Amino acid sequence: MSIEQEVEILRKIPLFANIDPAKLKLMCFASERLTFKAGQSLFDQGDSADSAYIIVAGAADVIVTTGKPSVVAHVAKNDIVGEIAILCDVPRTATVTATSELTALKVTKDLFFRMVTDFPEMGVEVMRVLAHRLENTTADLIKARAAARG
Amino acid sequence: MEPNLFKYIWRHSRREQLGILSTVLLSLPFYFLALDLPKGIVNRGIQGQGFAGPDSTRAFLAFDLPFGEALTGAPVALFDGFALTQPEYLLALSFAFLIMVAINGGFKFVINTNTGRMGERMLRRLRYELADRVLRFPIPQMRRVKQAEMATMIKDEVEPLGGFIGDAFIAPAFLGGQAITAMAFILLQSVWLGSVAAAIVLVQAFFIPRLRRPILRLGRERQLTARRLAGRVAEIVDGATEVHAHDASNLERADMAARLGRIFNIRYEIFQRKFFVKFLNNFLAQLTPFVFYAGGGLLAIFGHLDIGSLVAVIAAYKDLPGPIKELIDWDQRRNDVQIKYDQVIEQFQPADILDPERQDPDADAGPPLSGEIVAQAVGLVDDNNSKVLDSVSFRAGVSQHTALIGADESGKDRLTMMLCGLEVPSTGRLKIGDRNVEDLPQAVTGRRLSYVGPETYLFARSVRDNLLYGLKHRPMQDAADRGTPARTLWFAEAARAGNSTLDVTADWIDYAAAGVAGPEALTRQLIEVLALVEMEDDVYRFGLVGTVDPVAHPDVAEAILKARAALPERLAAVDAQSLVVRFDPERYNGNATLAENLLFGTPRKSEFAGDALAENALMTRVLGEAGLIDDMLSMGVSIARTMVEIFAGLPPGHPFFDQYSFIDADSLPEYRNLLTKLDRVGEGALTVAESLSLRRLPFAYVEARHRLGLIDETIEQKAVKARRLFADRMATVDPGAVAIYRPDAYNAAAALQDNILFGRLAYGQAKAEEIVGGVMTEMLDALGLRETVIEAGLSYEVGVGGKRLSSSQRQRIGLARSLLKQPDLLVINDALAAMDDATQTRLLDKVLEHRRGRGVVWAQQRPRAGERFDRVIVLRGGRLVAEGSFAELSKPGSALSDLLAAE
Repeated sequence: MSIEQEVEILRKIPLFANIDPAKLKLMCFASERLTFKAGQSLFDQGDSADSAYIIVAGAADVIVTTGKPSVVAHVAKNDIVGEIAILCDVPRTATVTATSELTALKVTKDLFFRMVTDFPEMGVEVMRVLAHRLENTTADLIKARAAARG
Repeated sequence: MEPNLFKYIWRHSRREQLGILSTVLLSLPFYFLALDLPKGIVNRGIQGQGFAGPDSTRAFLAFDLPFGEALTGAPVALFDGFALTQPEYLLALSFAFLIMVAINGGFKFVINTNTGRMGERMLRRLRYELADRVLRFPIPQMRRVKQAEMATMIKDEVEPLGGFIGDAFIAPAFLGGQAITAMAFILLQSVWLGSVAAAIVLVQAFFIPRLRRPILRLGRERQLTARRLAGRVAEIVDGATEVHAHDASNLERADMAARLGRIFNIRYEIFQRKFFVKFLNNFLAQLTPFVFYAGGGLLAIFGHLDIGSLVAVIAAYKDLPGPIKELIDWDQRRNDVQIKYDQVIEQFQPADILDPERQDPDADAGPPLSGEIVAQAVGLVDDNNSKVLDSVSFRAGVSQHTALIGADESGKDRLTMMLCGLEVPSTGRLKIGDRNVEDLPQAVTGRRLSYVGPETYLFARSVRDNLLYGLKHRPMQDAADRGTPARTLWFAEAARAGNSTLDVTADWIDYAAAGVAGPEALTRQLIEVLALVEMEDDVYRFGLVGTVDPVAHPDVAEAILKARAALPERLAAVDAQSLVVRFDPERYNGNATLAENLLFGTPRKSEFAGDALAENALMTRVLGEAGLIDDMLSMGVSIARTMVEIFAGLPPGHPFFDQYSFIDADSLPEYRNLLTKLDRVGEGALTVAESLSLRRLPFAYVEARHRLGLIDETIEQKAVKARRLFADRMATVDPGAVAIYRPDAYNAAAALQDNILFGRLAYGQAKAEEIVGGVMTEMLDALGLRETVIEAGLSYEVGVGGKRLSSSQRQRIGLARSLLKQPDLLVINDALAAMDDATQTRLLDKVLEHRRGRGVVWAQQRPRAGERFDRVIVLRGGRLVAEGSFAELSKPGSALSDLLAAE
């Protein structure tokens, strides 16, 4: 896959929809494209974090271990994972394991911050993604509390 | 050392000086003859004195018995000579003159070379003696010296002495002889002119040295300021981190400027005085010819002096100022070097310099140490008169394990140094067995004992050399060429200059001391010791990135090739074959740079490495032949376009330029202009430099990494063709400049792991490095190559002061070095401090286990460690506060319990 193709893929991701193609090309050029085999983990819970991953092809499970591991979410093409740990400088909060052969762009912390500062649209987009997740989590929490009470 | 330079020179070069002096004396008659001949040529040869007419003859080379007339009343002719006519006579005299010139030149040649050799010999002796003294400086003294100043003294400051030593006696004799000869000659011709010349010479000889005295004083100051400058420069280098960390660079600049200013002032004053003296000297020297021309001319006019004599006087005088001036210069240099000598040797005479016998290379290590270490009221007072140790007394078995526990300033470190004879007690006695430690030769303290301090110094050599440093006390096995005429001559010369005649190229390793029979067993021992200090894995990693000489170690190369062949299978076993893309002479490797694909080898010369390759003439020709030049240009254009496009908005200095760009921020505008020009007028209009700057870009391009889609199948084929052409050319033009990749041959220029990998890791495969690294390690273990790799790692260069290693690695090597020589008593002074607590405890256990039955004295701060020792001694503020077993001392209320509680 050439850079041009990668840029086309990225442009389809809402996060990058409004960004100048030249900047996307820079991002592609400056980030490593990694291929993971099914079962290989992108990162493990508790590891220190240096980069986020944009999934270009394939799918993965997000697994949180509290006592015993449980799958809390599925991610697939066009999703971004691992951004929480680099945004707030905490260890990885979950393990992400490929469920099929998976290709991802590894965006380093430096690059990620630079893109977000350079392109406020992208910052807003990241906020939107995070807000969505928070909403889902809150909904889950309410459900769980109701179940506990019930 | 001898305080008087002249006596020193005389003592060590008497015979040579006398030999040269007698040659000088022998040369003087010839010199006189050469002076006398011009007179004969003018008077008799040209003016025809003694020739009655054109046909008359004169005897040439007639020789009478000296004083014959006085003895017998009539001249006694020994040889009647040849009868020659005037022209013949003139030619004969002229040729005689020529022969004299040759003879005088020959004398000069012999005298100069012998003098030079003698000077170098003496300089060698002096430097050696100074270095020898440095090696005998007591350790406390060493804390006060600046190493750069020492180095300047030994290297630079004594240098002028070498030039002078050759001249010390010969120059005054030679020059004085010349001057006296010339003077005598002038006096013979004319007493009056001679007296005038002599008077002026005396005035010169009296005034000039007096005028030069201040210059000598300034010279001394200059020497000291320059030496201190060298010391400061070294300090800035050593303290570079502190200078930067404290933003003190401007203070250092000001300091440098101040020092240089002082040197400038001193030198300027020297110049002023020197040139004034020169002026005066020249004036006086020219005063004499004035007298000769005016006075001598008048004498000749009035017939009191014949013209031939006047010409000869003037010719002789030509030779007088030279020697006189040089004599005065000699006197100046004599004063100068005497001062230099004084200033140097005073730095090399510490009061308590070690007796040479304590370092005698023939001394014996003696019987194994036994009995007890006995300290009787040992005290130590340091430079500032404060008590570091105060009346410390204890006893401990030599083969026991003893812990010295105390805080940093408890004096435990100095006590350990005393135990190894590195420091001498100010009061009291310290004995091992029944001998005073301070009287033991280093053959005992350096072999039967071993000291490891907290700041292990490593020499800028390999890990192996550093480990073996403790086993090299004297040559054990002569080098192969010992006894050949060349080597015999070599050592004879060394002896003549009073240098050591021990052969540095011999095998110095004391295998028996390491408990092994020979080199192979020693390597195994090294690896064992490294494992003991947990340094084995580090050295293994050094080995992987190190190189191995396949000629010296054909077995290793063969084994590595075996590993190379087995790698794909092993990778396949863990489903990782896609992680490595191997080199194939017939195929393009998309995970390597284009440059590497073209070169297909490891460059050994800089002209084939990195950026230089783009400009390499041979490579350019080959690219042309393979039809790649145009492709390279269009690839370069593509890359430039992409770079200009994506890096356009970035400010210069952005880290991306360093990390990802082919083009640095400064040249980006240049490339932008270039592209604009290209679009406007086309490729044909580019200058050679412009097209080269585009063609150089794709050299660093890696298809798999940069993903610009530039390398298609045609280009791959052309690159493979160029690669083949290049290899063929190189084989004839400069074989060896590039170590070409061959699947079946070991590449001596490439790292060991690259030889196994024989390819590149595939880009974009998660954890490729980790997985492949693991497979390689496993495979090397399975092939029994682990030791081989560690052995290669032993050749790793540790850098100046071991700076390429971490401080804990340095400490491990220091400890390993001492363990290797299996001393009777191992003295460890806080030597693990750079490691974390858990590691320290682990190593402590391992070392004590290894040393079971053999003595250890271990000074450290952590009281808990005392548990592992037979005996514990607690020091506080230089006093011994408790002594006994750990169990006794750790009872509540005892000395150790407070410390334990504080831990």
